[in-house]
Amino acid sequence: MKVTIDGIEIDVPKGTTILEAARMIGPEVAPPTMCYYSSLKTSGGYCRTCIVKVTQGSAANPTPMPKPVASCRTEVMDGMVVENTINKDVLEARKGVVEFLLMNHPLDCPVCDQAGECSLQDLGYEHGAAKTRYEFPRREFERIDIGKYVQLHMNRCIMCFRCVKVAEQLTDNRVHGVMHRGDAAEISTYIENVIENEFSGNVIDVCPVGALTDKTFRFKSRVWFTKPVDATCDCKKCSGKVRLWMKGPDVLRVTSRKNIWGEAEEFICNTCRFERKNVSDWKVEGPSQIHRSSVISQNHYNHLNELKVQIMKQQKALGFMDINKRP
Amino acid sequence: MGRKLLIHNDHVPNIHTLEVYRAHGGYASVEKALKTMQPDQITDEVKTSGLRGRGGAGFPTGMKWSFLAKPEGVPRYLVCNADESEPGTFKDRYLMEKIPHALIEGMITSSYALGAKTSYIYIRGEYFYVARIVEAAIAEAYAAGWLGKNILGTDFSHDCYVQVGGGAYICGEETALLESLEGKRGNPRIKPPFPAVAGLWGCPTVVNNVETIAAVVPIVNMGGEEYAKIGVGKSTGTKLISASGHINKPGVYEIELGITVEDFIYSDEYCGGIRNGKKLKAVVAGGSSVPILPTELILKTAKGEPRLMTYESLADGGFQTGTMLGSGGFIAMDEDTSIVKNLFTFARFYHHESCGQCSPCREGTGWMEKILQKFLNGTANESDVELLWDIQSKIEGKTICPLGEAAAWPVAAAIRHFKHEFLEIAKNKKFVDISHYDRLNLVRA
Amino acid sequence: MGSQVHGAQKFDEAKRAATVFSEEAMKTVQTIISHYPPEKIKSALLPVLHVAQAEFGGWLSPETMDYVASILKIKPVEVFEVASFYTMYNLKPMGKCVLEVCQTSSCWLNGAEDIVKYIEKRLNIKVGETTKDGMFSLKVAECLGSCGTAPMLQCGASYHENLTYEKVDNLLETYRADGRLRSYTDMDYKNTL
Repeated sequence: MKVTIDGIEIDVPKGTTILEAARMIGPEVAPPTMCYYSSLKTSGGYCRTCIVKVTQGSAANPTPMPKPVASCRTEVMDGMVVENTINKDVLEARKGVVEFLLMNHPLDCPVCDQAGECSLQDLGYEHGAAKTRYEFPRREFERIDIGKYVQLHMNRCIMCFRCVKVAEQLTDNRVHGVMHRGDAAEISTYIENVIENEFSGNVIDVCPVGALTDKTFRFKSRVWFTKPVDATCDCKKCSGKVRLWMKGPDVLRVTSRKNIWGEAEEFICNTCRFERKNVSDWKVEGPSQIHRSSVISQNHYNHLNELKVQIMKQQKALGFMDINKRP
Repeated sequence: MGRKLLIHNDHVPNIHTLEVYRAHGGYASVEKALKTMQPDQITDEVKTSGLRGRGGAGFPTGMKWSFLAKPEGVPRYLVCNADESEPGTFKDRYLMEKIPHALIEGMITSSYALGAKTSYIYIRGEYFYVARIVEAAIAEAYAAGWLGKNILGTDFSHDCYVQVGGGAYICGEETALLESLEGKRGNPRIKPPFPAVAGLWGCPTVVNNVETIAAVVPIVNMGGEEYAKIGVGKSTGTKLISASGHINKPGVYEIELGITVEDFIYSDEYCGGIRNGKKLKAVVAGGSSVPILPTELILKTAKGEPRLMTYESLADGGFQTGTMLGSGGFIAMDEDTSIVKNLFTFARFYHHESCGQCSPCREGTGWMEKILQKFLNGTANESDVELLWDIQSKIEGKTICPLGEAAAWPVAAAIRHFKHEFLEIAKNKKFVDISHYDRLNLVRA
Repeated sequence: MGSQVHGAQKFDEAKRAATVFSEEAMKTVQTIISHYPPEKIKSALLPVLHVAQAEFGGWLSPETMDYVASILKIKPVEVFEVASFYTMYNLKPMGKCVLEVCQTSSCWLNGAEDIVKYIEKRLNIKVGETTKDGMFSLKVAECLGSCGTAPMLQCGASYHENLTYEKVDNLLETYRADGRLRSYTDMDYKNTL
């Protein structure tokens, strides 16, 4: 099926969404996403940041779609023409969505562990206005611990529902969900309960903001002062393919590896994430690829050689990948 | 007197019982359909009749039915949308309460047309007592063989159940209704797929409003062609209008589509004019979601033609000078009414009813309510009018379901036609509610 | 929604163990369940919650909801999510008679605000509160479909319409004298038009 996005034509298989087609073309035309997550079924459609204008429905029926559509949940038709970055209305509407998402957000980036790798920060920077016009008190919730390792900071939540879908699709006993409705809706367990499950830690990785954070990493370091390296281990529960966030010789945090869309390549288990905090637990592959525009890459690799030497020293094990071959 | 097809017997004592309903010609459409018609013939009659969905959207019913997927071995469902919650609308309640068998008869005939072996009537939870009345009527229908196995000795068997909701306007949106019927939160689904392909429990489903289903009865009885003769142009048949506000005779009226709005408001057959000798100021013609119009535009179109109670005439002029027939929730306001305050009650309503799934509606509805509250507190600035306008424009058309539009349109229309009222409050930093005589009414009655 | 509760609620195992439907209520629940295909009995959740609320004191405690989950073979969180979405389920204890006064457009045009103020004065409570004797709770509601007979209030299954101060006095008296819990599922739903 042929689809044209911002003037660029691409051939995609039937069933591809506009968003996936745009991602195939590249980040320049791919709409931003806050709730869509390609590996989580039925995700997407809620945040409305990825809305685009379909100016031609298909070759067979060229009428434009009357309203902007969520590109993550709309499948392409043969001959469809889509406008994203070149359409003023789309950009204006997106600006509106950013304002809505930020309306009740505390903007506590200076004390938020997610700062530096926060989708909402990126979105606000790229698509939002400099100032909010919202003058009323923001909604506030108590912070709650859900389990030993995860903290829920509902004030920051933008209701993307990804964490609920993780619990539904990756674990067999969902104990948290969406309570209440409208702008009073919240992510909660309702009764005193803990999310104890071998894959529950993935809610941290899918959270686009700092609503769900890793308690073992809490206030340890700004993310841009840490150095991400890709590592593996022989894990019986998951693929063991992780990203270590290191400061000097210490592993401050373990996460899944994220692709350029900010999505986990493979979900990892809680043992890998929370309990393997020594370098000796891991075989290091080499520095992670971080997008140049990310703040995380700002501090990186100035002392790449020192890092390498350090890692080499610590890794007594034989046969790990030659990190010089990594880009 | 206009012709009535749905509630012509509402004055008959005990018309809610099967015995009386039957004595007045009830269930004739089931007999005619099951014994003399093929299912597709009924769909054709409905198409010919020009019947349009009476819930608010006005989508042609026959066309909706013809979209229903019919894969082998998969059950199909008919679901009646009795989640009537649009402010200003109470016609379905009236119909179900007075003549419950009219709905059940329509359910059976329609289900036969659609090949649905099971149907559900989803009634809003607040109408619990109405659900009891409908349930009692269903029990009567089972006992008399109108429901159950091999109805009238034919191959057609049908079960019909009532489900009550839990209190949520959004469940009037058909996919939210289906979610709710499945025992979930009333979150509208992302479409496609549409219910005609994947509806209740993933099976092909038709969701129709109470009045739409009830209208199938006269259509089958008199034939689609006869039905289409009533009304004007593409607005065929009769429509139940819920009339409320500052009129002398509030209530549910069945009108032939095509009477003039002026006639509807002022004639003794219908609303009987404005209460206490006051002048009409504005009308919300089709339930809270549709644009409010000032007197001069509701009585006459921008071209100066008399405005008619039809889908087309009310929409004449687009949103600049027109409105919509919607669900037929007709709210009239007299000269003392504050448009700003009335709008506030609408904004509060939509804020309260937003499901919270998508961000423009979740956040925007509350924001609009808060700004309108500023007007009522006398703390609003003139720039707040522009802000309100901008917010509604950023909600409209950007949401998963039509609640976004429903929340945005009334705000846009109030500003479009009554901007001076907003500016006056902002300028004087004071809000004075002069709609005072209601208070006397509370004591006097 | 109507009675929002925040933060994690306590869960009492002993109270949960003592939560069982009466035989009559269980029969009603089984009838409701029979309306759906056997593998889709989650669909019965909304109506069953209404039965549970009427059965267990006019509100849905975490224990009650857990019990309902076990009957419908679903996860407790699915019940919490649903019960907190809809306005008719009370998530905290309420008075025996919950007065819900409609406040949307047509009711407002016809003096709903004054009805609310009047009840507040008569019962000496504010909206959202319950009288000390536990008899009445006052809530405001959004459009209850009674616009032609405004102003109105709902209490349990009953609609009280075309309200005046005098009518409010009468119904408060009647309810107080009667003294029983009013539920949406009550069979004496006589509409006092």
